[in-house]
Amino acid sequence: MPLSIKNLPKEEILLQPGHAACPGCPIGIGLRIVGKVLGKRTVIVVPACCTSIIQGPYPYSAIKVPLVNVIFAASAAVASGIASAFEAMGVRDVNVVVWAGDGGTADIGLQALSGAAERNDNIIYICYDNEAYMNTGIQRSSSTPYKAWTTTTVTGKQEFKKNVPAIVAQHRIPYVATASIGYPLDFAEKLQKASKIKGFKYIHLLAPCPVGWRFDPSLTIEVGKLAVLTGLWPLYEVENGVFRLTSISLGLLDKSRRVPVEKYLRLQGRFKHITDEDIKVYEEYVDQLWEVLRKLHGKKIV
Amino acid sequence: MSVRQLPIIPISTPRIGAVGKTGKWRIFKPIIKQDKCVKCLQCWLYCPDAAIIRDENDNVTVNYDYCKGCGICAHECPVKAIEMVKEE
Ligand SMILES: Cc1ncc(C[n+]2csc(CCOP(=O)(O)OP(=O)(O)O)c2C)c(N)n1
Ligand code: SF4
Ligand code: SF4
Ligand SMILES: [Mg+2]
Repeated sequence: MPLSIKNLPKEEILLQPGHAACPGCPIGIGLRIVGKVLGKRTVIVVPACCTSIIQGPYPYSAIKVPLVNVIFAASAAVASGIASAFEAMGVRDVNVVVWAGDGGTADIGLQALSGAAERNDNIIYICYDNEAYMNTGIQRSSSTPYKAWTTTTVTGKQEFKKNVPAIVAQHRIPYVATASIGYPLDFAEKLQKASKIKGFKYIHLLAPCPVGWRFDPSLTIEVGKLAVLTGLWPLYEVENGVFRLTSISLGLLDKSRRVPVEKYLRLQGRFKHITDEDIKVYEEYVDQLWEVLRKLHGKKIV
Repeated sequence: MSVRQLPIIPISTPRIGAVGKTGKWRIFKPIIKQDKCVKCLQCWLYCPDAAIIRDENDNVTVNYDYCKGCGICAHECPVKAIEMVKEE
């Protein structure tokens, strides 16, 4: 049965109400979807990040499936160990999932991630990317975008965002995808696909953070949608090396259908200071990105 | 309990309201106008706090014990069936 809102399970399988996330937090939305798609037979590995607070303080937890909190650099390695243990025990029906922030993925956990990907260990690694170290007070990460304000880039970051899904795709793993909190069903479909593949699966989920990005908490979904509609965050998957744009992004190869990037940037206080010149840089960035995507779409790239 | 009796690995127990009744955080309160609702379930899908309850007939109601009043449901409802009103 194809996924739709109606046939997602009614009950909350992974995240229960009364957790510690800020109002409008994308992590709550993302974890609910993970539970509804992957089901109860899921083990989740979480390094230090906002999620380790959201789950709630000892002795209680808002998370209903087994969750292991691990040190920052180790998530993929710990998940590999858990997956190997299940394999040795003959348990075949459990999804072992890493749920890590962008700091824990693009910076601190990158070597463990690369190791697990190269070994093609049987796990689903999800990076929820709120584009900074949010839990410790909005410090820049290598996944923070160009010109974004953070508490450590007070005049705007000088560098562009690191392209982690492209790096991971180069490990010749069976499945890599991008997703956005603005399109939960696209994310759900990718999770479902990942759960049926043996080996290393990577999903990079853009997760707009109202606190760190400085927008009203009611706009989390809208910002997540605009990131995609402007072309700044393309939704795609790389399945057995073949690159394919998905859902809304499929229609955006035609430039006239893309929303001007300014609309996305101006909605967020972290870009409040940007100039017309900066916006031009962004427009050129998006145009160049889509020239590359046009060449990749439908092709074997690894 | 002596230190020796403490678990080597602290294990938390799952429960609803792990940090208490988070509805107390709310400044604005979502009110669903049932006569306008078309049961599309957008609000249920997007609520970060699992505070929209979906019944067997896909009717939606708010769980005010845990709704934090973020306003996502009201903003995303395609028929504007949800209104945010200031808490007293
Ligand atoms: C080795 C180590 N360094 C620093 C920290 C402090 N720390 C805890 S959470 C966090 C931020 C994590 O950022 P990210 O992975 O992007 O997740 P987010 O908080 O944004 O959800 C930091 C720096 C730590 N726990 N361990
Ligand atoms: S989003 Fe609006 S119309 Fe759709 S189910 Fe919720 S209240 Fe009803
Ligand atoms: S206001 Fe926010 S927390 Fe409350 S029901 Fe709506 S989406 Fe959920
Ligand atoms: Mg982060």
